[in-house]
Amino acid sequence: MMKRKALDLWVGVFVAMGLGALLFLALKVGNLASFSAAEAYLIKANFDNIGGLKKRAPVKSAGVVVGRVEDIVFDTETYEATVAMSIDRRYGFPKDTSAKILTAGLLGEQYVGLAAGGDTVKLKDGEKLKITQSAVVLENLISQFLFDKAADGGKDGK
Amino acid sequence: MTALINFLENLGGRATGSVHRLGFASRFLLLTLRNSGLCLRRFSLVAREIYFAGVLSLIIILVSGLFVGMVLGLQGYDTLVRYGSSSALGVLVALSLVRELGPVVAGLLFASRAGSAITAEIGLMKATEQLAAMEMMAVDPIARVIAPRFWAGVISMPLLAAMFSGMGVFGGYLVGVRLIGVDEGSFWSQMQDAVDFQEDILNGVIKSVVFGIAVSWIAVFEGYDAPPTAEGVSGATTRTVVNSSLSILALDFMLTAFMFRGA
Repeated sequence: MMKRKALDLWVGVFVAMGLGALLFLALKVGNLASFSAAEAYLIKANFDNIGGLKKRAPVKSAGVVVGRVEDIVFDTETYEATVAMSIDRRYGFPKDTSAKILTAGLLGEQYVGLAAGGDTVKLKDGEKLKITQSAVVLENLISQFLFDKAADGGKDGK
Repeated sequence: MTALINFLENLGGRATGSVHRLGFASRFLLLTLRNSGLCLRRFSLVAREIYFAGVLSLIIILVSGLFVGMVLGLQGYDTLVRYGSSSALGVLVALSLVRELGPVVAGLLFASRAGSAITAEIGLMKATEQLAAMEMMAVDPIARVIAPRFWAGVISMPLLAAMFSGMGVFGGYLVGVRLIGVDEGSFWSQMQDAVDFQEDILNGVIKSVVFGIAVSWIAVFEGYDAPPTAEGVSGATTRTVVNSSLSILALDFMLTAFMFRGA
């Protein structure tokens, strides 16, 4: 039987390595360090169409992640989608900020892009954005393109 | 006609037999939990078993993790480069390791490396009547032998799975960034962007805890329940590996269905 001290040492090393690996996963692999929802405020925006936006999708402004999508619900009064976003407290936005649903790359995931306006009053917790632009739905884009083409073709034929 | 009756009898016997065993195993688990007081007070008992179950499994876990990560790096790059998104390699490696491969492969390795050893040890202790001798000396074998091994498995398993995932990410980094030349910045930053602490890492840890409980439970139960013969112990060891592997895969499916429904 191994000496008690050597055994304890090995078990200690083992547990420390395991916890170290967890810490590595949390800090280096995961995003625990970069953004925590504790110090965030909530803003809302209505969209006609959110496309493929999902919960936890990033909210970016000028390409920088400033928050996450917290919740997406369907508003039965306006028949629009209400997207609630939690924004990092460090970043304040003017009242006339506009929100767009954008796609990262051609096949990438969808995210909300915020473009700051010129108002001097900042958005407060729980406020709603007035200016929004829906996600681009590929089918609508294609059908619009085809209609335009058909209209052009009709003109040329005459 | 008699053949048919025999067949049906056999089938019924097997079914009731396995339900019977399940009930006994559950009662055994409760008994183990109830008698865990001693080994939690005298933690050196558990530490000794952590040494045998965890520390001695380190090499196989670390080496397998490294190689699984490296293979993921190679295969993932091969697929991703077709879509021009090789910078997402870090995401692929980290998510597949943290969510699935880490807990599952570490669990399978743990079952075959440590679970089988636990079963064989307890089975032999029973066959050589050491457990009976303990009872004679008014030492509860469940508190003194079974519970420390059970808790050692439950504690070791998540740590081993975390090490497996960490080593795998490192292996993926070695192959992806060092060997193939994926951009280092996008490898790590896209990974950090996509891997969520609660959603991915914590769920992986929960999985590995559940697998640890399942494997340790099956291992100590099969050992305790083994017929006290050489054949019985060998059969019990085999059953430990087979049953714990199957239950890891089945539990993994259930947990995955609960955790990642793609909401």
